[in-house]
Amino acid sequence: MISWFKKRKKDYPDFWLAYLNHFKNEKKTPIGETRFVAFDTETTGFDRKKDRILSIGAVAFVNKTIPVNQSLELYLEQDIFNPDTVKIHEIMKSSDFEKITELEAIKVFLDYIKNAILVAHHANFDKTMMNEMLSRHGLGKLKNKFIDTGVLFNKSKHKIYQESLKKHYFLDDLCEELNVPKVDRHTANGDALITAIVFLKILSRLDKRKNLKWGYLLGK
Amino acid sequence: MKNSIAERVGEFLKRYPPFNLINTASLLLIAEQVSIIYLEKGDTIFKNGDINHDCFYVVRDGAVSLYYKNGDVNEITNIHDTGDLFGLRALIAKTPYHLNATANEESIIYAIPISIFQTVTDKSVNIQKYLITAFASNDYTPYTSEQAGKIFVDYIPSNSQDVVSFQTANYTKAPITCSTSSTLKSAAKKMCTHKIGCIIVIDSNKKPVGIITNSDIKNKIATGLFPIETKVTQIMSSPVITAKKDLTVADGQLQMIKNSIGHLCITKDGTVNSKLIGVLTHHDVLTTLGNNPTVILKDIKRAKRTKKLRAARHKANGLLKSYLDQNIPLSHIIKLISQINDAVTVRAIELAVLKMPTAPPVSFTWLALGSQGRREQLLFTDQDNALIFENVSKKGYSETKDYFLELSKLVNKTLNKVGFEYCEADMMASNPEWCKSLSEWQDQFQTWILNPDEKAILLSSVFFDFNAVYGNSNLTDKVTDTIFKTLNEASLFYKFLGRDAVKSPSPLGFFKQFLIEQNGDQKELFNIKSRAIMPLVDAARLLILNKQIKGVNNTYERFEKLAELEPENSELYESCSYAFKALSKFKTKQGLLNGNSGKFINLKTLTKEEKLKLRRCFKPIHEIQEVLINRFDLKNFI
Repeated sequence: MISWFKKRKKDYPDFWLAYLNHFKNEKKTPIGETRFVAFDTETTGFDRKKDRILSIGAVAFVNKTIPVNQSLELYLEQDIFNPDTVKIHEIMKSSDFEKITELEAIKVFLDYIKNAILVAHHANFDKTMMNEMLSRHGLGKLKNKFIDTGVLFNKSKHKIYQESLKKHYFLDDLCEELNVPKVDRHTANGDALITAIVFLKILSRLDKRKNLKWGYLLGK
Repeated sequence: MKNSIAERVGEFLKRYPPFNLINTASLLLIAEQVSIIYLEKGDTIFKNGDINHDCFYVVRDGAVSLYYKNGDVNEITNIHDTGDLFGLRALIAKTPYHLNATANEESIIYAIPISIFQTVTDKSVNIQKYLITAFASNDYTPYTSEQAGKIFVDYIPSNSQDVVSFQTANYTKAPITCSTSSTLKSAAKKMCTHKIGCIIVIDSNKKPVGIITNSDIKNKIATGLFPIETKVTQIMSSPVITAKKDLTVADGQLQMIKNSIGHLCITKDGTVNSKLIGVLTHHDVLTTLGNNPTVILKDIKRAKRTKKLRAARHKANGLLKSYLDQNIPLSHIIKLISQINDAVTVRAIELAVLKMPTAPPVSFTWLALGSQGRREQLLFTDQDNALIFENVSKKGYSETKDYFLELSKLVNKTLNKVGFEYCEADMMASNPEWCKSLSEWQDQFQTWILNPDEKAILLSSVFFDFNAVYGNSNLTDKVTDTIFKTLNEASLFYKFLGRDAVKSPSPLGFFKQFLIEQNGDQKELFNIKSRAIMPLVDAARLLILNKQIKGVNNTYERFEKLAELEPENSELYESCSYAFKALSKFKTKQGLLNGNSGKFINLKTLTKEEKLKLRRCFKPIHEIQEVLINRFDLKNFI
């Protein structure tokens, strides 16, 4: 098992090894000192095999401060094009943003996230799409811990309403409930910023009731 | 690289001075360096004496209050909301912060590094001018750029009366006027529509030539001295007394006393020979100076914007404090504050109705629940409310419900901005569960009473203390009738309520020590609300429901009523009423001292005498619980 792993490891490019390196000797830090990255992907559709990522937006934050100049906005060159979703994303295949290749995007993204806790709305989808992209380029899966704002929001609801909690929350619902202005929905880092603020707001609501622990936050 | 967030931040800033003076490209350079900061209510941005940060702040959402400490009291100098800028003075003057800045509610603010701002705006004379005037007027809020005065004055006043008296008078801009050719009738109509007591007569150059007040109409028209179609110039008081716009409150008051008038015209150069720009009324002076319940209520009724409503409600807190200091009877204070809270709610609803595209389709009632329903809310607490609308046909139901949900959302939002936190358990009228038709409510109460379970009892402690604040009180009467009728059929419900009322044991432990919280944030603190006040509230509700008494909602009034009905137990009931008042007062004082709800008390901060007083209040709690256990036969039920 170990030898097999070592053998494979040699084949990985340097940026991947550098990424993995961030997870060595990882220590638990208090929530207030931990680096979070909220991110959102816009895709050509919802099929993990067929569809591709068009853009990645991300913002990084420690405690409650989100520096604008440390946000990330990547537009990817793609040949796959699904006319059904273009209305939402307005990232036309031919639009004139500066675009980069998938591999380039992976390099930038991994270097950006490092070992941060990743926050996304319906995180599973974004995670799957990212991992698919990584595997297309012969890389492993993302090693970061994930927090899904949809799941977390359910936890923050009062116990009286727990029976009606099966509801599926869209990001727009959360904005509504938590009073987050919906400017810039459906641009890459606009959604990432909204996700970050939604996350912080839920966190403060949870924190009011109990001392927040990592296990509670990351648990399913 | 493209950065959509920076673009959006830039677009936001562009709407507010001084950023509106900066071109888009330069603004983007600033926006890219901004940090977006999320603040919970109560989070501190900076404190008096802190070394200044390398950035200043602009409020994106929410509100931030700036205050200084005067002994134990926080004197608020300003509350900043969307678009307002703060924390710049210390950076320019290169001194530590003089004031404290704390989030007044959940907020998002932008931190803008001073270095990039200075680099970008270095050569802009306009911006420098804006900043200097902003300093001088001791005010960074937008749209005051006209104000001029001394430059860079860092004046920290010694007491609050000082601040107020010497601040620039907050006069009414864009006053209501009429021309010299108008008739008295049309002028009076204008005064009615704007709900004002005076109107300024201006000539074709907009110079003020006279003023007509309510008393002019009373003295000259109603007495038959002049016909109603008379020209305004016939009866106006002329000439008017004028003043400059930078007049202080103290000066304004002096002028009024000297000339024995109630209105000052503010003109461009301070004489009658220039354009009218505003009016300072005696009411404005009183509002700025003070804490007078009539003024506060008037302000609330007139408020056209949430901001005004909030300012008025916050003034009531000052009033509350001075009344407590003066030892005015708590029952009086409670009544007064309830009236103010109700007025705020009514005004919030009126404003919301105006915002709706159509008038309400059927009549409705807005219910205050919980402590507001019992009319014993003193400090800001969570808002608990619900809405009943008249029964409608099946076809029109969902449309009607949608209308009232939308309306409630607006009202809840306004109340939140005023300072009433959203209910953590979402017991608010904007929740579809608590916005229902009359028959649905009747069913709901029947279900709670006939099938009591844990959840029903939890909810009933809030919902059975309802009070109609606005609208058709006929609807609430019908609900009350249903409740009493159903109660006759269900004795089990009383047992459930009784069990709930006695579940918190007496606040004193076996060795007569206070029972304190064992864990959580509140560790080692004494929870005066759940341990001492709530048992009394619960007991009063149960007993009064059992006697089927309508319309007595206040806990101390309930006990007084019970004393009247059961003379044999009157001593106990009276001591409960007294204990409730004493405990509420205690909680309120603690709340004002610590700027919170006063729920948790640190016993170490109490004097021995205060502890003794508290303990004396606990005795009736134990006794009233005994009464409940016997009366509702709870011994084997618990």
